[in-house]
Amino acid sequence: MATESLDIHIKFPLLKRPLHPTGIWGWMTTIDHKRIGILYGVTAFIMFLTGGVEALLIRTQLIGPDKDYVSAEVFNQLFTMHGTTMIFLAIMPLSAAFFNFLIPLQIGARDVAFPRLNAFSYWTFLAGAIILNLSWFLGGAPNTGWFSYAPLTSSVFNPGNGPDFWIIGLQVLGIASLAASFNFIVTIINMRAPGMTWTRLPLFTWMTFITAILLVLAFPVITVALIELMFDRAFGMNFFNVAAGGTPVLWQHLFWVFGHPEVYILILPAMGIVSEVLPTFSRKPLFGYSTVVLAGAIIGFMGWMVWSHHMFTVGLGPIANSVFALTTMAIAIPTGIKIFNWIATIWKGSISFKTPMLYAIGFIALFTIGGISGVMHSMASSDAQQQDTYFIIAHIHYVLFGGAMMGIFAGMYYWFPKITGRMYDEKMGQLQFWLMFVGQNLAFFPMHFSGLWGMPRRIYTYGPDMGWTLMNTLSTAGAYLVGIAALIFVVNMVKSWRKGELASQDPWDARTLEWSIPSPPPEYNFEEIPIVQDRDDWWERKRSGKAKTAPAAVPVGGGSGGGHGIHLPQPSFWPMVVSIGLFIGAMGLIYNIAVAAIGGAIALIAIYAWSFEPVNEPDEESGH
Amino acid sequence: MLNMIRGSRRQIYLLLTVLLVTLLSACSKESPQSTFDALGPVSQSQLTILWVILGAGAFVFVLVFALLIFATIRYRRKSDDEADPPQIHGNNKLEIAWTIAPAIILIIVAVPTVRGIFFDANPPDDAAFTVEATGHQWWFEFEYPEQGIVTANELHIPVNQAVAVNLYSVDVIHSFWVPKLAGKLDMVPGNENHMWLEADEPGVYFGQCAEFCGESHAKMRFRVVVHTQADFDAWVIAQKQLAAIPTDPLAKEGYDLFIGQAQCWACHTIDGFQRARGSVGPNLSHVASRMQLGAGIMDNTQENLRAWLEDPNSFKPGNVMSRDAVVYADPSKGLSEPQISALVAFLRSLD
Repeated sequence: MATESLDIHIKFPLLKRPLHPTGIWGWMTTIDHKRIGILYGVTAFIMFLTGGVEALLIRTQLIGPDKDYVSAEVFNQLFTMHGTTMIFLAIMPLSAAFFNFLIPLQIGARDVAFPRLNAFSYWTFLAGAIILNLSWFLGGAPNTGWFSYAPLTSSVFNPGNGPDFWIIGLQVLGIASLAASFNFIVTIINMRAPGMTWTRLPLFTWMTFITAILLVLAFPVITVALIELMFDRAFGMNFFNVAAGGTPVLWQHLFWVFGHPEVYILILPAMGIVSEVLPTFSRKPLFGYSTVVLAGAIIGFMGWMVWSHHMFTVGLGPIANSVFALTTMAIAIPTGIKIFNWIATIWKGSISFKTPMLYAIGFIALFTIGGISGVMHSMASSDAQQQDTYFIIAHIHYVLFGGAMMGIFAGMYYWFPKITGRMYDEKMGQLQFWLMFVGQNLAFFPMHFSGLWGMPRRIYTYGPDMGWTLMNTLSTAGAYLVGIAALIFVVNMVKSWRKGELASQDPWDARTLEWSIPSPPPEYNFEEIPIVQDRDDWWERKRSGKAKTAPAAVPVGGGSGGGHGIHLPQPSFWPMVVSIGLFIGAMGLIYNIAVAAIGGAIALIAIYAWSFEPVNEPDEESGH
Repeated sequence: MLNMIRGSRRQIYLLLTVLLVTLLSACSKESPQSTFDALGPVSQSQLTILWVILGAGAFVFVLVFALLIFATIRYRRKSDDEADPPQIHGNNKLEIAWTIAPAIILIIVAVPTVRGIFFDANPPDDAAFTVEATGHQWWFEFEYPEQGIVTANELHIPVNQAVAVNLYSVDVIHSFWVPKLAGKLDMVPGNENHMWLEADEPGVYFGQCAEFCGESHAKMRFRVVVHTQADFDAWVIAQKQLAAIPTDPLAKEGYDLFIGQAQCWACHTIDGFQRARGSVGPNLSHVASRMQLGAGIMDNTQENLRAWLEDPNSFKPGNVMSRDAVVYADPSKGLSEPQISALVAFLRSLD
C-alpha cells in the first residue's frame, strides 16, 4: 500500500499531499467533519439568501395587478429557481451542515466513518449548486417549475438549455446526497461511543438516521426520472413523448415517489433540532422519547404511501384518489403525536426564552398551521379547489419555512456557541426572531385567502378585477420583512463570530455529549471517548456531580492528554479533484460530450489516486 | 400601571377585531374566482367538505395554540429559579389518548371525503350533453359534438343542467378550472379525463388554467356563460350560422387578406369559408360574438382587437401566432396599418 501511494506522489509531483495546510488551502483539503459542516452551512446559507432574493423579485412582481417589473419568461425562471434553490441548495444542505458538525459529537466519535467521502459530498454539492446557478448566465435558468412536469420539459416545448441545467444539476446534487447519506448511516451504526445504545441516541441523531435512509431510498427514483428525461431531450427517446406512445404522467409518479419522502427529508432534521432545543430550554427530558422516535420512523415509512396526493387532479380516478386521501390522513396521526409530545415536553418545565427556544416554539406553532392545511389537502374532493393555487403555496411555506427553516434557525442559534466558540447577540437574535415570525405570517397567511379566492400559483400577472390585490400586497410586505430579518441574522452571525463574547463549553446547561467538550471543539473532538451511561448522558453526569470526573475510557487511537497522539486522518485534495471532474463532466453533458469524457477521466484518475492514498502518510506516522 | 394594562387590553381588543374581520372577509365571495361562492352542485359539495375540515382544523388549531400559549406563559422560568422542574419522561395513557383522538377526527372527515370524490367524478345519468374541452398553449377549445359547434375560450351551457366535460390537451398539461362551478381537473396529453359541471344561476363565470403550462400560463383564461334554456337554444342556432363573404368593402378587404396573403386561414377555421380550416389556432367563426379576446385576457372591443393584431406578443408572450405566423415571424411580410384595419373590420363582422 505504502509504496503504491508513494508512486502516485511521484506521478503527480505538483500535487503533494498537504500535511499541515493553512488558510484557504486548509479549507479546501479539510476532511474534518466540523470544518466540512461549516462549509456546508455557509454555502447553503448563501444559497438561502440567493433563493430569498428570487422570492423578493417574485413578490415584487406580484405586489399589485398588471405589473411588469420582470417578463413572463424571467418570472417563470425565478419561481423555478426559487423552489429548486430553497429545497436542494438551502434546506437540504443546511440540514447536512448540522449532520456534519453534530453527529460525531453527539455519538461520541472523532469523525464520520468516511472523512474523505464527506469532503467529496461537500465539493460535489458545491458543484451542483454552481451548475444550477450558472444557468442564469448561460442562456436562461430552468423555467418549468421545481417539479418540472413533462412534457413541458421536452425539447419541443423547451428548446433552450434551462431544463438541461436542471437535470444535470440535480443529478450531481443527488450524488452528493447519496454519498453523504451512506456516510451518516454507517457512522451512526458503527461509530457510536461505548454505551451509546439506540435508545440513548439523541433525537437529532435519530432523525438524521431516518433522513439518511429516506435519502438513500428516494434519490434513485428521481435519478431514474432524470435519466429518462435526459435521454428524451438529448437522444430523442420517448419516455414522456405522447406522440410516440410515452406517458407524461409517468414523470409525475416518479417525481412524487421521490418528492413526498423529500418533504420528510426536509422536515425531519428540523424536528430533530427542535427535539433537542425544547428539553434544554425547559430543563426537562423530551416527553415520550420512544414515541417521538417511533413517530419519526412511521412518518418516514408512511411517506412512501402518499405520493399521489400531489396528483389528485391528474385524473387517476376516484378509487386511487380515495386510497391516497386515506393514507394521507393517516400520516397526520404520527405528526400530531410529535406536536403533542413537544408541548408536553415544555409543560411544567422551567422555560427560558432564549432565541433558539423562541424559534423552536415558533416551529411548533407554524408547523401546526402547515399540518392542518396539509390535512385539508388530503380531502381530495375539496382539494380540487386548492390544488395548484396559492393555498398550496401557503401550505408549503408554513411547512418548509415555518417548519424546516424555523427549526434550522433554532439550530443555528443553539449551536452557534459550540461551532464558533462565541455567543451570538441575544438582543439582536430576539429582534430577528420577531421580525421573521411576523414577516412570514404576513407573507404566507394571506396566501390562504388568495388561494381560496381562486388565484392559481405560477402566474406572473393578474388583473385588477380579480380581488387578489390586497392579499398580494400584504404577502409582498411580509416577504420584505423576512428579507430584513435575514439580513439582521447575517449581521448578527458575522459580528458575533468575529468579536462575540467567548462562549463557555456548555452555555445552555444542555443535555447531549457535544456540550461536554470545549467550544469550539478541538480537532479530535473528544480527548477520551466517553462511556455513555444514560440517555441525555451529559445532563445526567452534571446532575449526579460526575461531570468533571467522568470515568476514564480507553482512547481510540492511543495516547491521552491534550490530544497528543490521537491519530486523525490527514487532509486530502483528491475528493475535491473528483468533484471538479464531475463538474467538468456535467457541463460537458450539457454542451459537448467530449468535454464530458475529459471530466469523467479526471474524476476516475482522482478516485484512483484517492483509493491508494493512505489515511496517514507513513513518514508522518513514524514521527510519533 | 393600571392604565397601561387597560391600554394594552384596548389594543388587544382592537387586534382581535381586526383579526376577526380579516378572517370573515376570507370567506368573501367578491372575487370572480372565489371558491366560497359555490354556485353549482359540484363546487357546493366541495365547499361543504371544506367547511367540515375547516371546522375540525379550527378545533385542533385552538387546542394546540391554547396549550402552547398557556405553557409558555405559565411555565416561564423565574430569574431566581435555579431548581430543576420535575423530570417527567412520558405518560403512556396520555400518549395513547393523543394518538386515538386525531384518528377518530380523521375517520369522521374521511366519510364525506370519499363520498365527495365519487360524487364529483361521475356525471349524473341525465347529463344534458357532452362538451369536448381541449387545452392548447394558451387557450381553450370547446367542441359540442351533438350540436356541431366549435368555439374557443367561452363555454356556453344551459342553467340547471348537468353537462359532462371531457378533457384533452394537444401539447402540454393544462388544467380546467371554473372555481364557482367545480374544482379543477387536468388536461393531460394522451389521456382523456372526465368531469361534469352544473350551474344554479345564469351568468358569466370565470375560469383559468391551473397547471403551469409555459410562458403565458397566466394568460390562459376562459369564461363559462350560463344561459336559460331558451337563450342557450338561441345561442346554438346563432353559432351554427355559416359565415358569408362580407359586403362592406373594408371587411371584404380583410376577408381577402385572411383567406390570401396574410395566411390566417392556415391556422384558423371559419365555418362557411372553404379555405379557412386550420386547426392550430382558435376557431374564429362568430369571434365577434365573444365577450373576450386572447383567452379571457381583454374585452372584445375594436381597439383591443386592433392592439392584439398589431403586437400579440406584448399581450401574450411566446404565443404561437407571434412566433410562427408569417405576418409576425417575417418582418418583410408584416401587416400594414390599413391591412390591420381591414382585418379588424372583417373579424368584427363575424358575429
